[in-house]
Amino acid sequence: MDFGLSQDQQMLRDAVARCLADTCPLEHVRECTERDNPLSDKVLRAVQDLGIPGMLVPEEHGGLGMTLLDAAIVAEQLAYAVAPVPFLASHVLSPIALSEAGSEEQKAHWLPKIASGEARIGVAISETIEVRDGAGVSSAAGKLNGTALFALDFEGADAFIVADSGGRLHLVGAKASGLKAIALTTIDRTRSVGELRFDGAEAEPLADDGGATVARLRAAGRLILAADSLGAGQAMIEKAVDYAGQREQFGRLIGSFQAVKHMCAEMAARHEPCRSLVWYAAHAFDAIPTEASLVACHAKSHTGEVHRFVARTSTEVHGGMGFTDLIGLHYWFKRIGFDRQVLGGPETVRAEAAALQGWIKAA
Amino acid sequence: MDLEYGPEYDVFRKQVRAFIEAHSHLAPPSSDRAARPSSKAVEWQKLLIEHGYTARTIPQEYGGYGAEPDILQSRIIAEEFARARVPGGLSNQGISMFVPTLLELGTEEQKRRWIEPTLKGDVVWCQGYSEPGAGSDLANLKTSAHIENDEFVVNGQKIWTSTAKQADMIFCLVRTEPDAPKHGGISYLIFSMDTPGIEVRPLKTMTGHAEFNEVFFTDVRVPMHQIVGQRGQGWFVANATLGHERGMLGDPDALENRLQALIVLMQEERLGQGRAIDNPVLRDRLVALQAEVAAMKYNGMRILSNSLRGEPGGMAKLIVKLQSCELAHQISALAIDAMGELGILYHHSPREREGGAWQWNYMFQLGLIIGGGTAQIQKNIIAERGLEMPREPKLAKISDAAKATADMPRHKQGSA
Ligand SMILES: Cc1cc2nc3c(=O)[nH]c(=O)nc-3n(C[C@H](O)[C@H](O)[C@H](O)COP(=O)(O)OP(=O)(O)OC[C@H]3O[C@@H](n4cnc5c(N)ncnc54)[C@H](O)[C@@H]3O)c2cc1C
Repeated sequence: MDFGLSQDQQMLRDAVARCLADTCPLEHVRECTERDNPLSDKVLRAVQDLGIPGMLVPEEHGGLGMTLLDAAIVAEQLAYAVAPVPFLASHVLSPIALSEAGSEEQKAHWLPKIASGEARIGVAISETIEVRDGAGVSSAAGKLNGTALFALDFEGADAFIVADSGGRLHLVGAKASGLKAIALTTIDRTRSVGELRFDGAEAEPLADDGGATVARLRAAGRLILAADSLGAGQAMIEKAVDYAGQREQFGRLIGSFQAVKHMCAEMAARHEPCRSLVWYAAHAFDAIPTEASLVACHAKSHTGEVHRFVARTSTEVHGGMGFTDLIGLHYWFKRIGFDRQVLGGPETVRAEAAALQGWIKAA
Repeated sequence: MDLEYGPEYDVFRKQVRAFIEAHSHLAPPSSDRAARPSSKAVEWQKLLIEHGYTARTIPQEYGGYGAEPDILQSRIIAEEFARARVPGGLSNQGISMFVPTLLELGTEEQKRRWIEPTLKGDVVWCQGYSEPGAGSDLANLKTSAHIENDEFVVNGQKIWTSTAKQADMIFCLVRTEPDAPKHGGISYLIFSMDTPGIEVRPLKTMTGHAEFNEVFFTDVRVPMHQIVGQRGQGWFVANATLGHERGMLGDPDALENRLQALIVLMQEERLGQGRAIDNPVLRDRLVALQAEVAAMKYNGMRILSNSLRGEPGGMAKLIVKLQSCELAHQISALAIDAMGELGILYHHSPREREGGAWQWNYMFQLGLIIGGGTAQIQKNIIAERGLEMPREPKLAKISDAAKATADMPRHKQGSA
């Protein structure tokens, strides 16, 4: 048994970390998020140079054919740097969807372009988890009607993969007639989401596999969000520990107060097992598919709770400084807030976990 | 235990209710978060003072209503306004913190000069306490005021000063006796924010707004009489203000209002085929919070009864700031969870609920867990003053602790 990252995976982690340390310092994030469109071309290009868009694209379509654990490693680093680049939908979910349920033609058309960074596809599957504001998409005779909220990696997408209310997936061009795309803004300016309104928009179906692929997307998406929150939490803990080792009050470093030490220790104690859980769940996605959905639920809901705690506690350790924009702590705080809610908050995901185990009827 | 306020109070309650019914259309929206009250809010404030529904016990010569202190009447007013979900009198650092301080410790002239315009919303105040090196350890403040030609000359810097940009006046802690012991050399000055030598730099916070500021003083001249209390007694005056601040931050009526708003949200927010409140897990959290808010409300009534009997608030009072601020944060957290993915919408997004108020509150309430004495400092106070536990020993000097930190292996990125 060897529970841990392989040497290649450690190298991947270090390479991504170095690349983001160079291209994506906090000052850059700040600049980007103050613009109307916060996505960073510079960081995106750097990420492309590392081959990240093609990680999950099979080799025969020009990609690297890597695993979800590899993607989780990247997600953690992206969050650690609060990188304002698309990833979850465009580099993880859409290649998985196309590889697992695309026609040969769809694969041949899109996958090489995804791998090269030429094309990006957003993904909208929220209504298969929880319906808000009466949203939902119906499909008939190759046309889509209705609304999909929360299309992920919305900005700059060339197309969207959209789940209909029966859990079938459809591919629709971003410029298709009968599609109105409306940007939404969230607390987290480093990632982009939008709403898709369909009025008879033409779409190509992916394979109808009774909801199997959309379930895979939910699991992969949740896992990547969990990994993201891991990276953001890591950054917030490090910052709290650093700050506590520099800030003086009452003639002492605040880190020498047990109250402050215990806040930091509790963050670490709750955070550290999350890393193991995320790694296991990511590994399961490729290696133990029967468990994948359940452990992805655990990873998502548990990191959601732990990192909400980490986000507020790290802020508290920083005192008033944590509440300001001065040191930018809130970028990670908001990243964690986003990760917690998207693709189902903890309560929703735990209910799904219970249903997966047959303890209750599926919602 | 007797929870009846008595028949004379029933009459009073009916009067309050009738007033609210007749006038609530004049009230400003309760979402009004502006530091400088809108003209509608100012008009409403004046109407409330005129009828004795705010500034009730403040003497008429200072611009109040001048009723005999009657805590039960004040309680009834708060209850009725909360019940009707109509905003009561203004609450800001001037009205809720400075005015009571002045009533206790100000000179006759200061009271006549400042209380009325403050109550009526014409003069907005900010609180200049914290400095870069003096937050939890407030007595470490370094902003100095020496005397020159019968004036204080103020130099230094404040930070986290809420509403300094909008304020007309500041109540400000300065060190007037540099050689006195830490707590002994502080004075409490009041001066105009227009005085030459003051520079205000807004600080953006995590909410995306600039709720507070840095304030720089360069040779700011303040007449000698603009001091509250004696020279060197500023620490004592400041603590009076801090007591009022903690009361304001822990206000159970404000909690009750947020809770009511959450209940409405969870009844209106659709979740699948039903409403958010139909979800048993979310509902369970709601009821748990409702119980906690109730506990804080009755805790407030107990504090009230103690003070009616002339007894100190004791533990019930010491815990108010800590518990209420935490609870307010938790109420917003549940609202976000109940909204699911919609809960993260902000910055005027389409489909955003209540103008992003819940996200704003979630962040701002976290700020209030820190502001006005952090949660950790509150716990120290509860333990040391409330439970009379031994005080922390003076442990590591900075040099030792710095060395220990330097020797520590860095806990960076998790290893494989
Ligand atoms: C929203 C907001 C509004 C504010 N408005 C104002 C205002 O209008 N005017 C004003 O003057 N100030 C204001 N403040 C400042 C506020 O009073 C300070 O932020 C607060 O007292 C904490 O000080 P600090 O920020 O320097 O943190 P620090 O004192 O540096 O604290 C950092 C951390 O160390 C911990 N710590 C420090 N000492 C101890 C100890 N002895 N034992 C255990 N733990 C300890 C703290 O709990 C905290 O976790 C505001 C702050 C906020 C967040």
